[in-house]
Amino acid sequence: MKGRYKYSLSYLCCFLTGASILLKVEASRSTIRPQILLPLFVSPSRSSMADSASQSRSRDLDKLLLRSGNLVGPTFEPGTELRDALNEFVRVLVIGAGGLGCELLKDLAFSGFRNLEVIDMDRIEVTNLNRQFLFRLGDVGKPKAEVAAKRVMERVSGVDIKPHFCRIEDKPISFYNDFHIIVLGLDSVEARSYINSVACSFLEYDSDDNPREESIKPMVDGGTEGFKGHARIIMPGVTPCFECTIWLFPPQVKFPLCTLAETPRTAAHCIEYAHLIKWDEAHSGKTFDPDDPEHMQWVYSEAVKRAELFGIPGVTYSLTQGVVKNIIPAIASTNAIISAACALETLKVVSGCSKTLTNYLTYNGVEGLHTKVTEFVRDKDCLVCGPGVLIELETSVTLKKFIDLLEDHPKLLLTRVSVTYRGKNLYMQAPPVLEEMTRSNLDLPLFELVSKTPRDIVHVTGAAGKGDTKQSCSRKLRVVFKGMDVDMAGGA
Amino acid sequence: MAEPKVKYDRQLRIWGEQGQAALEKASICLLNCGPTGSETLKNLVLGGVGSITVVDGSKVEVGDLGNNFMVDESSVGESKAKCVCAFLQELNDVVKAKFIEDFPEELIETNPSFFSQFTLVIATQLVSDSMVKLDRICREANIILIFARSYGLMGFVRIGVKEHTVIESKPDHFLDDLRLNNPWPELTRFTETIDLNTTDAVVHKHTPYIIILVKIAEEWANTHGGNLPSTREEKRQFKDLIKSKMITIDEENYKEAMEASFKVFSPRGIGANLQKIIDDGGTEIDSNSSDFWVMVAALKEFIANEGGGETPLEGSIPDMTSSTELYVNLQKNYQAKAEADFLVMERRIGNLLKKIGRDPASISKTNIKSFSKNARKLAVCRYRLIEEEFNSPVQPELQKYLMDEDHGTAAGLYILLRAADRFAVNYNKFPGQFDGVMDEDISRLKTTAVGLLNDLGCNSSALSEDLINEMCRYGASELHAVAAFVGGVASQEVIKLITRQFIPMSGTFIFNGIDNKSQLLLL
Repeated sequence: MKGRYKYSLSYLCCFLTGASILLKVEASRSTIRPQILLPLFVSPSRSSMADSASQSRSRDLDKLLLRSGNLVGPTFEPGTELRDALNEFVRVLVIGAGGLGCELLKDLAFSGFRNLEVIDMDRIEVTNLNRQFLFRLGDVGKPKAEVAAKRVMERVSGVDIKPHFCRIEDKPISFYNDFHIIVLGLDSVEARSYINSVACSFLEYDSDDNPREESIKPMVDGGTEGFKGHARIIMPGVTPCFECTIWLFPPQVKFPLCTLAETPRTAAHCIEYAHLIKWDEAHSGKTFDPDDPEHMQWVYSEAVKRAELFGIPGVTYSLTQGVVKNIIPAIASTNAIISAACALETLKVVSGCSKTLTNYLTYNGVEGLHTKVTEFVRDKDCLVCGPGVLIELETSVTLKKFIDLLEDHPKLLLTRVSVTYRGKNLYMQAPPVLEEMTRSNLDLPLFELVSKTPRDIVHVTGAAGKGDTKQSCSRKLRVVFKGMDVDMAGGA
Repeated sequence: MAEPKVKYDRQLRIWGEQGQAALEKASICLLNCGPTGSETLKNLVLGGVGSITVVDGSKVEVGDLGNNFMVDESSVGESKAKCVCAFLQELNDVVKAKFIEDFPEELIETNPSFFSQFTLVIATQLVSDSMVKLDRICREANIILIFARSYGLMGFVRIGVKEHTVIESKPDHFLDDLRLNNPWPELTRFTETIDLNTTDAVVHKHTPYIIILVKIAEEWANTHGGNLPSTREEKRQFKDLIKSKMITIDEENYKEAMEASFKVFSPRGIGANLQKIIDDGGTEIDSNSSDFWVMVAALKEFIANEGGGETPLEGSIPDMTSSTELYVNLQKNYQAKAEADFLVMERRIGNLLKKIGRDPASISKTNIKSFSKNARKLAVCRYRLIEEEFNSPVQPELQKYLMDEDHGTAAGLYILLRAADRFAVNYNKFPGQFDGVMDEDISRLKTTAVGLLNDLGCNSSALSEDLINEMCRYGASELHAVAAFVGGVASQEVIKLITRQFIPMSGTFIFNGIDNKSQLLLL
């Protein structure tokens, strides 16, 4: 049924660290804040029709959503309204349609969520088929997001999944704000970092440095490797965000250059020599493509030659692929476990039907089976989820000057900066059409562009980091104009 | 065939060709194909198990459309086993899939020999009484059994096997076998050819730490009555001695030597775990002994004789700062000793086999090599009969679990699941299964649970009211996300049991979906 509900409210409840937080999240796509209360949008006739069919279909979920309990979230209100809100209004974004993503889509579809979207930039490969159960041999080459969405919709009637075959950076930031909760099934630290910075960019603080509840964008993040995995809940401003605990992800092992060049000892050294040093020497200019079997074969033969030269055993084609592509071994069962944990937490966070994970679960199935819950604590000075980097400016500073300042600011070091303010593009680096449209703002004072608000939040995106380790990211800046009356009452 | 290899690449990197071969030979029986069973089997089918047989007597209901991915609109009214089987077959057409439209409880009652044809049985959603019966059947027929159950936000997984031995346990962090505290003669001789005091700076900073530590340990022993450092003070001095050999501050190999010096201090000989296994093996093997225990008997002899208190050498060394030549030569030294130890083991095993009337070549070289290499990491898992656990759980452990902050909820859920089964026997329904009688069911469940606690010798106040209420709230529902978690755990354990790699869980796993503090209860 495609009624147009102008606006409605869903109550999201979560119970964290002894404090309860009530989140009101707008379900409408308009920028106007809605205000009506549940449940009167459901018309009686539809309700009775829906009840008989959906009640029996949600025979099991109903026990959790329709019944009261004592071990539940603090503002849990069981009833068909809650169930219908989950079905009709809550929008969930799944990032990744691979090992975790496939499982997540299925698990979320069976946890009462009917409005899902999924984003993944990859195409299906044969090596995915041992665990990404939505794909078949005939799907190889097709976009993962599209096939995954299609398969789940075929089998679970009533669920709507919109696929996005693109990079997460290709979506405007406002896209991510449209969802009540974001569930991550990613395989890289960089991608997590990016989404984390986007979600945290929506976070606003009041004058007492407390997060404003309605600006909190919850995320559930899962990751796996072989028999190990983790699942965590991130409530920006409340729990640590991804950056607050970045130390949990140790940096990737890189072999020292002198080992590769002069004193190789292991098969991996020989492989990386061929991959990182010999390739450029022999193919100057041509980029190495790990997905090109001819390139891989070349690296393998060179690695074999080097290994023979030094008397080092163990170079195989499989190892070559593993080292060069940094292949992470993966199996269906671990992905199933972690995704299930994430989907269950998503259900609990959104509905309040039980207590929630506080806030990090690690899982290890190598020796027996071990799960552990750790409560990590926020970094108050976190650049990403903290109250924001304070930038004090004269009212005369132009947007161009402001952007230049960010490049040298020690906590930021951002280049290729785009600036948005309350959803408006002040200056966009890309696409060209937008750049041209916003270029004239560069000469205007920032103070004018923010309608002379003495202090406010400005969002910037750009490239951070030095040299060739730049990553795209989003940052929140608290801009304070000097010499202004800092009395908030006079502000917006 | 190139195809299977590529498809399974990501898992072959975990359990190798041998593990995959074991999976492909396995025939698996699934009892009940609601989401718990279906999700367990899905993971195994994706992994390429040989054959599956799905046993379920029920028909697909509308309610199943809300929690089971393997049934759809068109299958309502059809046999659930048939639908799930068809889906799984399509998931991986190399797997041989069939179904039987029968209720598992009936098979257990009337046809226990049915189970003998399988490598492993996955029994899902069985109640306590059926579990006890099936456990006996499989134990007697020597079939691997695993129970998995989802109930509201909680779950239960338990392996049922008398004994499961593991050679390739592949633990995460296990100390390498360098024998720095007890070098064998050839290694010592090799280190004697290296001069630590060389004036060549390049050679000095490319001497691997193994050589550094063996030599410095020998130097220390010579000045300390043949003993290695044992007190904290001595260990500190030993490290200082290493440091004093450095000629510049950036010598990575010496830094590595200092970091690895604890390997010199660690006690010689075998660890407690292995000792226990050797003692467990008893002294007598006979023609019925498994290959594992025959090899353990040989290991015992080896340790007492050629090993001089040590196991066969594992044979590999970790990477370390070194010249290529020295590293490769060191590696060859370790490999040679490991090979020599393996040959002794092979000989001893052959003799033992002869002694018990078996063909001396009946245990393959590959297996003996693997055993020798992994001797320090052997594992033996044993599981009590469900009936014994249910009737006489280990006390005071159970009481402790119930009172403990971390284990309390999981232990409480374990008790309540069994209480719910008792309730079902008495009242022909599960507590909270139907609306409108919640208060009555809560009160009855509490009485049942208290009775159970008393039978088990536990304090009857050990269960919180909230948890009892919660169990009634669940009303025996099978939630997909919980089933997927439980199914994931069960499938992973099946893989470990069949490939005989990695160590299966011990005890009973209770999934706690309330706050995720799941636990293993050793009862």
